[in-house]
Order: sequence, then structure tokens, then C-alpha cells
Amino acid sequence: MSGNVWIAGGGVICGIGTDLQACLEAFAQMQPGMQDMQYLRSIHRGVLPVAEVKADNAALAARAGMPEHISRTALLSKIAAEEAWASSGLGARAQYRVGFVSANTVGGMDKTEEFFASYLQHPPSGGRLQQVVHHECGSVTELVADAMGIRHHVTTISTACSSGANALMYGARLIRNNIADVVIAGGTDALTRFTLNGFNTLMILDQAACRPFDDTRTGLNLGEGAGYVVLVSDAIAATLPQAPWCRLSGYANANDAYHQTASSPEGTGNYLAMKGALEMSGLQPEDIAYINLHGTGTQNNDDSEARAIQRLFAPHYPPMSSTKSFTGHTLGASGGIEAVFAALAVQQGIIYPNAHFTTPMKECPLVPATTFSSGNRIPHVMSNSFGFSGSCSCLVFSETV
Amino acid sequence: MEKLMADLKAQIVAQLNLQEVKPEDIGDDQPLFKEGLGLDSIDALELIVLLQQHYHIRIANPEQGPEIFYSVRSMAEFITAHQKQ
Amino acid sequence: MNNQTAYITGHCVIRQQRVYCNGQLLWQDESAASLQEFLRNGYDRFAGQYPKFHKMDNLCKLGWLAAEVLLQAAPAVDHLPEQVALVLSNRSASLDTDVRYYQSVKDIPSPALFVYTLPNIVIGEICIRHGFKGEHAFFVNNRFDAAQVFACAALLLGSGAATACICGWLEVMDQQYEAVLYMVERKDVEGALPFTADNLQKIFES
Repeated sequence: MSGNVWIAGGGVICGIGTDLQACLEAFAQMQPGMQDMQYLRSIHRGVLPVAEVKADNAALAARAGMPEHISRTALLSKIAAEEAWASSGLGARAQYRVGFVSANTVGGMDKTEEFFASYLQHPPSGGRLQQVVHHECGSVTELVADAMGIRHHVTTISTACSSGANALMYGARLIRNNIADVVIAGGTDALTRFTLNGFNTLMILDQAACRPFDDTRTGLNLGEGAGYVVLVSDAIAATLPQAPWCRLSGYANANDAYHQTASSPEGTGNYLAMKGALEMSGLQPEDIAYINLHGTGTQNNDDSEARAIQRLFAPHYPPMSSTKSFTGHTLGASGGIEAVFAALAVQQGIIYPNAHFTTPMKECPLVPATTFSSGNRIPHVMSNSFGFSGSCSCLVFSETV
Repeated sequence: MEKLMADLKAQIVAQLNLQEVKPEDIGDDQPLFKEGLGLDSIDALELIVLLQQHYHIRIANPEQGPEIFYSVRSMAEFITAHQKQ
Repeated sequence: MNNQTAYITGHCVIRQQRVYCNGQLLWQDESAASLQEFLRNGYDRFAGQYPKFHKMDNLCKLGWLAAEVLLQAAPAVDHLPEQVALVLSNRSASLDTDVRYYQSVKDIPSPALFVYTLPNIVIGEICIRHGFKGEHAFFVNNRFDAAQVFACAALLLGSGAATACICGWLEVMDQQYEAVLYMVERKDVEGALPFTADNLQKIFES
């Protein structure tokens, strides 16, 4: 294991923009992406706001250059992965040993839901079985890898809401162990009725816009999208037409070992992940200039995350915010999307705003940034992704010098 | 009330898959969560489902949970009060 | 990492209503008519005293039981909780429970079922039971990929991120199931097999 891992580029599609530039404009103009459902058909339309990608499958398919009948999860993935690749300036993929490490949690569930509706009307022959061929998570990754001609190393990670961050960790190791030269790493997830109803049964969906780290928070909003970074080795970084965005200087994953879905009150796993990533990067807490919070907006997550941050950072806190207050919680994609935002924060000195924040939490009064700014000096950024099963991951991005 | 509490105990054991607990082992006033029967936040959500399924009572705000689901007796009182409305 | 510094210090295989540990048949269940029943009988035989077991889905029960048997033979007591890692994989992710959850949606969706509609929840259940706080990953592959499991666990052990790694394959789809878990440790244990992809594969096929 040796050498640095560089971020050569990134791409995002989510509820606030269909590319990275559009997302930045939405942040700058304080325009969160939650709205009434337009594309997902659900009985919760008009009640539960969601952050949908504002495009139908036909438009996404045209942009992705893929057939319209395949899963939205794959369409979003292809679009963001292609944007990431293009931004890296690496040119033809055939010159490199390219890996594709993609996370997701719903796979082709959107198409399976369509299938079941027809199937149940006319069992046992109703519905087109073609719609369930790509149901499983790994299949979505394979579809996109095939469409992009990536064969060297392709894998899928599914560890709930930390999936996207874990994809970066895994990708970085492929590079440090000389298994790949370049890895497109991140995650994708489309909104489905399955996830919407599931989170609704857990009673952690807010019927208004979510308010991460706010005392009045009552839950999260679901979102959808995809986000990928392009990770490259030292040797490849030296050949890039432009300087890389930053380095992935630290990463760690730990298990909270507390409950299937709930975080421990003191955020043990969160703390261990942040501490581990800092140690790997060789930094002290005061070196971190911005934290991209996991910040879902649920009572439980924000309380535990704040306590863990307090334990590690008190008494000096860097600016922090939850971009989920704009994008919604995009589940398997969130770690990838937020990794792109975090890496760009280092390159462009960005502090992202936390929307809808008014009142600090009583138990742990951390105050997130509420306005967008760029051109700050941001040498090191921490990005948190904590998920069900106690899976806690933290990434640290550092400036290139 | 006694009949309702006995019913509730059987329904709780079935709904929450408490395979090693007999309904009659649950005390009327025994706390259901933490140190009592050891239920957790997901069990609380299942109890909300139970109320809906068996008593047609919908609870929209999970924050009411701790009060209603403190014990079998508090659940029975809540159901009784609700049915009188 | 020098592969010779890590050893497979234990393994547990559960398939066809039989539980093997380190190649020995420990128990064979002749009576169970379903996976659910077999897992309950296995719980009674090897564990008990863990009522949360009954709330789990079949994937978690299978993984939990395999870990129970594995750790009884190869306890992880010499390792710090933060240094015990888990790397698991399967073919069907949580599809078995996804289907059950969907059936509950017709009536009132069950939150307790929804919780299990992610494959990595089994990692959480094993960590909760044994207090493990180390790194973990869950891969979804068409078949057991000994090379990938080896590479991933070797990285964790070689980089110092973990001193022990429980890794392997945990598959459940309806009545089809298979569990193969390995304990890999960075310590010499007499008679232990060197940790290599070949040895993982041999045990898997045994």
C-alpha cells in the first residue's frame, strides 16, 4: 500500500441539478430540490416532499445514451459517471486499467414495481419479465460498466447510506495496491415506492422540507441521484491536463454495534470513523476547515452525529453543513454525491449552506453554515456518511500541495 | 380492561415475535421498553401498526409513542379513551 | 502483506440442514421442514438467550448463527473491538426479505420487515451481538469470489485496519441458503491454514 490517491474530477446528478454546475448554482441561490412528486407515482404524492431529478426517463435515457426501458438507477449512474470522466480530462478509457466501483441500495426496483403492477392484474402471465432482469443491485453496475466499456475491475457495494463513501474507500485501495490506475467511484439510487413507503413506515420522513441539525427537525426527505469521483494514482495524476482537485487523504469505516437502524446516543461509530479518517490523513481536528455532515434531519442521526463531533472537535468547530437539506437523502448515492461536493469544496474553497436552519439543537447546539461562499481557504474537508446496520464512514479530502 | 390487557399481551407477543415470552409473563404495569421487556424503536413502530390493525387507531406522531406504549395498562387506557371518542 | 502472516483460524459452513465447523459435522437437523424451522432449531442447539434472534430475517438469522458457531470455536477475544472487520458477500442481497416486505405493503407495511431490506444489516446484527466495531463491507456478486474476499480481507489485515476479519458468503433466497464464514487472524495458530484465496475456495467447496 503506497502512494497518494487523487481526485481528478467528479460528476453529480440530483434533485438540485442535472450536472455539477447546476448544483453549485442551486446552492449559491439557496434553492433546495424538494418538491411535490412529479415523476414517481405514489399515494404519498402531495404529502411527502421529495428531491427528484427533474427529468423523466426518456430525457435521462437520451442523455445517458442508453435504452429508456432500463432502470432509472442505471440511467442516473451513467450520466454522473460520464460527467465525472469528462471532467477529469483523461481521454480514452482504453489507455488505462479502469475500475468502476458503484454503490446502490435499490437496484432496478423501479422497474420491478412497474412489472408487479401489470403482473398482479393478470397473473401468472401479466407483465414483461424483461423489467425484472436488472432488479439486483450488481446488475445496475454491470449495465453501466458495459455501456462505458469498463471491464478491468467492476464491483457493487451495498452498505445502506454509507455505500457511496465505502465505494471511494474501496476504489482508493485498488489504486494504492496497484490493481487499477483509475477508478470511477461513487453511488446511485433512484426514488422508488419501496424506499418511500419503507422510510414512511419508520416514521422518519418530514412532511415539510427537512431541517438538519435544527431543533425543530422531524425527519428526512428522500432524494435521488448519482455522484462519482474519478480517483487516480500518482503516476496518472502527473499526466493530467489540469491539476487534480485534491487528494483523498484519509478514510475510515467503523461499526456502531448498537442497533440495526438507530445510531447509538453517543455516536460511537460516527466518532470512530471520523477519528480513524483523521488519523490516516495525519491531521488534527483543527486542520479540518469544513465538515459535510451526514445530517439527515432525523432526531436520532443529528443528535448522535453532533455528539460525536463535539467529542472530537470541542471546543473549536469548523464550519459545517448538511447538503441533504438541498438534495434530500439519496441513500446509496449520498456518499458519492457528497464526496464530489466535498472534493470540490477543497478545490474551490466552498462552504455549502444548510437550508432551513433556524434553531440550534438543545442537546448539542452546533450551528451549521447557512450561506454559500466560495474562494475560502479550505485545505481539508471531512465528509460523513452513516448508515443502517451501524455502518459509519468518513472521508477526508486535502489540498494538492 | 382486564380482557383488553390480556388481548394486548397476546397481540404484542405475536406482532413482535417475542418467541421466548409468554403473554402471561408480561406484567400489566411492567415497562415495555428498555429495562422492562427490552423493546426498541422498531418495536415501537410495530406497536403503532398493531393499534392500526387491531383497533383501527392511527398514530401520526411517533413522539406520542413513549407515553402510550409505556406499559400494557397505558396502551389499554389509550385504546379505551380513543374508542369512547 | 506477506500472506503467510495471516491464517484461517476457523471456518463454519451451513448448508443442507447441516452445520460444520472446521470441517467437522457438528449437527444435522433431520426434523426441520423449512429454513425458518431449521434456523430456530439451530438457535436452540448452539445459542439461546438472545430473544432478538427471533425478530431477524432469515439472512440475519443464518449469518448470526454461523458467526455464533464460528466464534465458539475461534473466539475473537484477543482482538480489540475496533480491530475486528467483517467482509461478507452474497448473490441475492436482501431480496428474500424485500419480497416479504412487499407482501406486507398490501396490508399495513411492516417497519420491522423494512429494517431488514438491506443485505448489510446482517453485519450490524453480528457486530451488535459480539461488540465488533471494525471496518466492514458487503459485496453483491453472482457467485462466491474467493479472490475478491481474499483481496479485501488481506488489505484490511495488511494495512493495520484490522487484526481479525470474519469473511465469507451468506446467501438466502426463499428456501435456498448457504453460509460459509471464515475467521482470519494475524496470528500463528497451530495447524491453521495459511490465508490464501485457494484455501478459501477449497473450504467453500468442501
